[in-house]
Amino acid sequence: MLQNKIKVEFPNKSDNERFARTVAAAFIVELDPTMDQLSEVKTAVSEAVTNAIIHGYEGCDGIITMEGEIVDRTVEFTVSDKGIGISDIKLAREPLFTGKPEMERSGMGFTIMETFMDSVDVESEVGKGTRVTMRKCLG
Amino acid sequence: MELYIVGRCKALVIQIEEDLDHHTAGKIRDVINRELPKTGAINLIFDFSRVNFMDSSGIGMIIGRYKTAKTLGGRIVIAGASEGVKRIIKMSGVDELVLMTDTVDKALEEVTADAAE
Repeated sequence: MLQNKIKVEFPNKSDNERFARTVAAAFIVELDPTMDQLSEVKTAVSEAVTNAIIHGYEGCDGIITMEGEIVDRTVEFTVSDKGIGISDIKLAREPLFTGKPEMERSGMGFTIMETFMDSVDVESEVGKGTRVTMRKCLG
Repeated sequence: MELYIVGRCKALVIQIEEDLDHHTAGKIRDVINRELPKTGAINLIFDFSRVNFMDSSGIGMIIGRYKTAKTLGGRIVIAGASEGVKRIIKMSGVDELVLMTDTVDKALEEVTADAAE
């Protein structure tokens, strides 16, 4: 059984969105994903990391942690911050909901994650942070 | 990113040559907001033929520019989007707000036809 793990930490700077999805793509390449699967994972990771950067620390500096795990042909990515947390996870996950309309956010981030991955779990506690875990079987 | 004006159809063409994410979407938005008023253009044509990646931040940027173009009486055309980018655009419903064409030339034909009507 193929098993592998990574963990990367980076500051909540928007420059790191590209870095994070590139690392995610490189990590799953050994599973020989299709181009569509690669694109889907990159996009979902980009959405989760962008959410953490925009919402996690409310403009303050903070650290984003991205962990990846491969078990057989299933990949799991966890993106977490130790920021302000989400008070209403159900509302945050609704399509087109955005807490930052002034920033031209489309509110599609969670919808894209849910569409492109097999499962998306969100754990959050106000004042403690948020952890988004996404899984996808690459068939 | 490069911008150029096609005066006969009052179009500002925006060639995007990088991933379209939160980091780049903000920069593109700022440049368009700064340059568009100087040009007299009302139509925005995004050349996506070199965009290999876009996430929902790109959708937010397009919707913002759609509002601007609508206020001016113009429209948004997205030219040359890859299948992956088209998928995100369709998932968000933005394809109902903008015109999609295969090439910038075709986009210019469309907005020229608008101007002739």
